Amino acid sequence: MERNLMKGNEALAEAAIRAGCKCFFGYPITPQTELAAYMAKRMHKAGGVFLQAESEIAAVNMVLGAASTGVRAMTSSSSPGVSLKSEGVSYIAGSDLPAVIINVQRGGPGLGGIQPSQADYWQATKALGHGDFQLIVYAPASVQEMVDFVVKAFDRADKYRMPAMILADGLLGQMMEPVSFPEINADAYDKSSWAADGHKFKREHHIINSLYLKPDELENSIVERYKRYDIIKETETDAELYLTEDCDILLCAFGATARVVKSAVNDARALGIKAGLFRPKTLWPFPVKEINEAAKTAKTLLSVEMSMGQMVDDIRLAINCSRPVEFYGRTGGVIPTPAEVLEQIKRIGGTL
Amino acid sequence: MAVVFERPKSLIDIPTHYCPGCTHGIVHRILCEVIDEMGIEGDTIGVCPVGCSVMAYDYFNCDMIEAAHGRAPAVATGVKRTNPDKFVFTYQGDGDLAAIGTAETVHVAARGENIVVIFINNTIYGMTGGQMAPTTLPGQVTQTTPFGRDPELAGYPVRVSEMVSTLSGCALAQRVAVDSVPHIREAKKAIRKAFENQKAGKGLSLVEVLSTCPTNWGLTPIEAIKRLQDEMIPYYPLGVYKDVDEGVFPKHSDSEGGEK
Amino acid sequence: MAKMTVITERCKGCALCTTACPKKIVELQKEHRNKKGYFYAVCIDQEKCIGCAMCAIMCPDCAITVEK
Repeated sequence: MERNLMKGNEALAEAAIRAGCKCFFGYPITPQTELAAYMAKRMHKAGGVFLQAESEIAAVNMVLGAASTGVRAMTSSSSPGVSLKSEGVSYIAGSDLPAVIINVQRGGPGLGGIQPSQADYWQATKALGHGDFQLIVYAPASVQEMVDFVVKAFDRADKYRMPAMILADGLLGQMMEPVSFPEINADAYDKSSWAADGHKFKREHHIINSLYLKPDELENSIVERYKRYDIIKETETDAELYLTEDCDILLCAFGATARVVKSAVNDARALGIKAGLFRPKTLWPFPVKEINEAAKTAKTLLSVEMSMGQMVDDIRLAINCSRPVEFYGRTGGVIPTPAEVLEQIKRIGGTL
Repeated sequence: MAVVFERPKSLIDIPTHYCPGCTHGIVHRILCEVIDEMGIEGDTIGVCPVGCSVMAYDYFNCDMIEAAHGRAPAVATGVKRTNPDKFVFTYQGDGDLAAIGTAETVHVAARGENIVVIFINNTIYGMTGGQMAPTTLPGQVTQTTPFGRDPELAGYPVRVSEMVSTLSGCALAQRVAVDSVPHIREAKKAIRKAFENQKAGKGLSLVEVLSTCPTNWGLTPIEAIKRLQDEMIPYYPLGVYKDVDEGVFPKHSDSEGGEK
Repeated sequence: MAKMTVITERCKGCALCTTACPKKIVELQKEHRNKKGYFYAVCIDQEKCIGCAMCAIMCPDCAITVEK
């Protein structure tokens, strides 16, 4: 298979185009701007639409409009911009529309910084907008996974008629690695039963809507959506388990942080400490089965994140607080080093 | 005897939720008459706002999308850019279009997005019970300007047609009213022109319709019509503010405006 | 010979039609209400109707049809 050396942000864009994304609406923000620039260059050649919107809010609502007509649509941004998009994401979820949203995270809160961060974990998995809803959230840890997860995100968004997010970070967006592109079927799902693309006098009019003024109707629509969420929780979780079969200490990390942690796990093993790594590839749904499998022999868990500790809560819930779950993190754009993580492993390892 | 007047086919035959005397119903009807006369219902996608006309998707028989407050022009952009062969319109009130959605309004015109914007100006937020709108007249009493809108405190009204007419991508900016039969006929002509512009790919066509809100103005429907005529039209003069065909305010050329 | 017909259950009694009629033959009912409780519009002298449809054009509720 053909392999290309690509920057993470550009790989996200190329994968989207190959996945049949027909339009990209975005707004410039560091550190994801290469994605929009790549789209601007490539999209029209691919027969699609690139449009730089007047705001993040407009961009996500353009996505809503395009997705309403059954077209594969995407927007991307970085943390402060994703906050602005949250209104549109909520409407997309409430209207049962498929769409892909990319967050190449940077430090927050507020304007924060422009260096890598994972502090939008809560936002992505718990509250990207008002109301009862979820997004499928993928956490790539390599440029190849950026490609694979974008393809998967478009597929699952169509399959379940809901928004899907790629939660990357500035490190992954900026790094270069060789990638290959899979074969893609962009037309796997028939949208003719709901898309608002002109009825041609051949069917009833379609309404794309998230408004239900009667409480029981709104409740029913949400309950129906949550039935789909149950299927997703059952079937769509994904995680990497590394050296977990006999581990005493199970490290948990996602995205770029997992690469650092993997080095530390290897270093720990060299010292005779039985460390393992659990790396969720889906953050929602959280891989509950997989982490319990990985933690079978573990006496202690350690979550390492580029934040003040967000995923650590989900880990405690997933294992029902059956073992201590420690936390180590750097935030504000600081990336933890393998040496720092190894120190933490030794600290905890000593108490085992 | 032949039927000389009946409900247009693209206006679904159900009662509306609008208050007695609310002129939304008139605008809905003339919009649907235009859609019927052009035979484009099957190729039309409408975008609803948030406000009194939030449920307009239940009344128009074409495909409809409900947008977030103020975002209808952005939603319509997404629809039109991916479906350039379809007719796309937004239907928005003054709070939606000229307050929370001002950026979307300005940029849809600046880009010359090839869609139709129907803008209902009744100088008040109707759905939420009568608060100050960006178009509320100086001195007008609303829930949030209980002593009358004081420009020193609350600023001045936005004249949308005039503002949008200055943007190069705007093909038509026209202010009409639905206070009388001749004005309703004029309004319908303007909406027809807006859709013909879209058919010809001319760019953004905005039709501002001066309308009434008897309930929140605290007037009878007939008194409300009189207020529209006596107070609104003098502040918001009717007329064509831009028409690329007529050259009222010709498009800026590349050399003048630096835009294409 | 022309005829205007009010779909009484659609009428909200706003009376805008009464102001539009050039022959002044459209009025609101003073005694009978429709099911929603509105005094609906009626033509008080069908003979004088010229079928101009101005009442229908002014009606916000498509509650009037006109034949000629």
